[in-house]
Amino acid sequence: MNKKGLSTPYVIWMAIFVVAPLILVVVYAFTSKSGGFTFENFSGMLQYAGIFSNSFLLAIIATAICLAIGYPLSYFLAKESATIRKVAMIFIMLPMWMNFLLRTYAWMSILEDTGLFNRLLALLGLPTLHIINTNAAVVIGMVYNFLPFMILPIFSVIEKIDRSVIEAAQDLGANSVMVFKRVIFPLSLPGVLSGITMVFIPAVSTFVISKLLGGGMTWLLGDLIENQFLGNVYNPHLGSAISLVMMIIVMICMAVMNRFGEGEEGAVVL
Amino acid sequence: MKKNRFGSRLFMTLIGIFLYAPIAVLIIFSFNASKSRSVWAGFTLDWYTQLFQNERILSAITTTFLVSILSALIATVVGTAAAMGFSAMKRRPRGLFLSINNIPLINADIITGVSLMLLFVFFGGALTALGFRFRLGFGTLLMAHITFNVPYVILSVMPKLRQLDPNLMEAALDLGATPWQSFWKVVLPEIWPGVFNGMLIAFTMSIDDFVISYFTAGSGVSTLAMEIYAMTRKRISPEINAVSTLMFLFVLILLIIINVRQIRQERQERNRRQQIKGSEMPVDEIVSNEIISLLGESEGE
Repeated sequence: MNKKGLSTPYVIWMAIFVVAPLILVVVYAFTSKSGGFTFENFSGMLQYAGIFSNSFLLAIIATAICLAIGYPLSYFLAKESATIRKVAMIFIMLPMWMNFLLRTYAWMSILEDTGLFNRLLALLGLPTLHIINTNAAVVIGMVYNFLPFMILPIFSVIEKIDRSVIEAAQDLGANSVMVFKRVIFPLSLPGVLSGITMVFIPAVSTFVISKLLGGGMTWLLGDLIENQFLGNVYNPHLGSAISLVMMIIVMICMAVMNRFGEGEEGAVVL
Repeated sequence: MKKNRFGSRLFMTLIGIFLYAPIAVLIIFSFNASKSRSVWAGFTLDWYTQLFQNERILSAITTTFLVSILSALIATVVGTAAAMGFSAMKRRPRGLFLSINNIPLINADIITGVSLMLLFVFFGGALTALGFRFRLGFGTLLMAHITFNVPYVILSVMPKLRQLDPNLMEAALDLGATPWQSFWKVVLPEIWPGVFNGMLIAFTMSIDDFVISYFTAGSGVSTLAMEIYAMTRKRISPEINAVSTLMFLFVLILLIIINVRQIRQERQERNRRQQIKGSEMPVDEIVSNEIISLLGESEGE
């Protein structure tokens, strides 16, 4: 029997369930409800420019915060002993495996006006803050949910950096700042890039976080798409067009970023 | 130097608190006697008993486990076969198929969900027109789950196949084994760790998924995640906290099992590597890393 034939069922499966659906998205995006070819779905999208920019802005902020927390954390962690590293990794992954709806729901009760965070502030004699149903709450939700996706790839790259490379740099007279700038950071770049990808994509396309923590005040691209497919407006043609545009913008961002990150050995992960 | 350590440890602890505070809050308030999400009114187990009397939730749990187990099993069989086929291919077609395989992993979940929904609605319409009965439901949910599960299995099995000595199967065949026997007795035991891990990843991905299920399950069936979403949208009930606590315990136990297995495997592999000196491993390590990072990928949303 031909061994290659073993993959035939899955190749057919991919054609039907991976390739065909994406082609359908493109087809729907360029057709109207009556079935004719049209650009209307795209020209009508201009009214949603605000939602587009808001989505990308919040996703960029959340990704930047994740990077600002995740990079130093991975860096410090890599210096710890093997046991601490292993235990820490399990602790970082554990919340990630809990359903993210529940994690987001938890923040609802913390950030509420009469929630635990404000109670804590009041207890300390500080003025309370209105956080729930604002962009800030949405960003907190994104950071909380996606932080592990930033830590894991960066950590796994830094952990693998050959100690002797760092020692060689020190022997050659580099101080710790220079070692970081010239050796560790460039070597960890692939991890940083895949971390950014893995935080940015779910952040820009979320609709749950904005619904639960934004309270419908903050509409993101995900909400817009969801509304076209399962909401009361039901317009899969417009929904497909928005999905397509989002996909293309994300793809361009990733391509630009990966180009910028090339030069070393290229991205190892993803 | 010591001072430096202190600062970094403090930072790590703070992040730890940030990661676990919400979960602690969920768990603590699952035992709260009042419906409030911030005022403690005494200990109770009422929400747990209510949870197990809530038929919607019970049927959602059944659906979730059924779809997760079925899709993980099917994905494991299909994915292992596909990985074996791919690894026998030339570089070019293999590269092409593996990139298509990666699409569901890289795409935002909402895109995967929406595009599958379009497929089901489009072909469902065609089938209904031909007189067949077709509706969004358990079947479409299962198909969607298999679709996003197989890539994890393939990514987990491929490195094991790469490590496999190609002469091994031929030797078995030369010694008179049928292809099926040589797979079952020679190849499968060698790649089993990858197959099993792939199955576990697929299973947890399925259990955890909300977005793709949401778009492909229709209105008739719902998974636990969908039920939780509906609950957070409607009224506030500490039953959600009770669900969270149970799920957390479930994941914790699952994770312990996986880690114990991994440690045991590593020990075995180290022993083996000491016996056969010079067998290189870096490729495998890079790929297993890839899986670790991909693990997160679709889980978020």
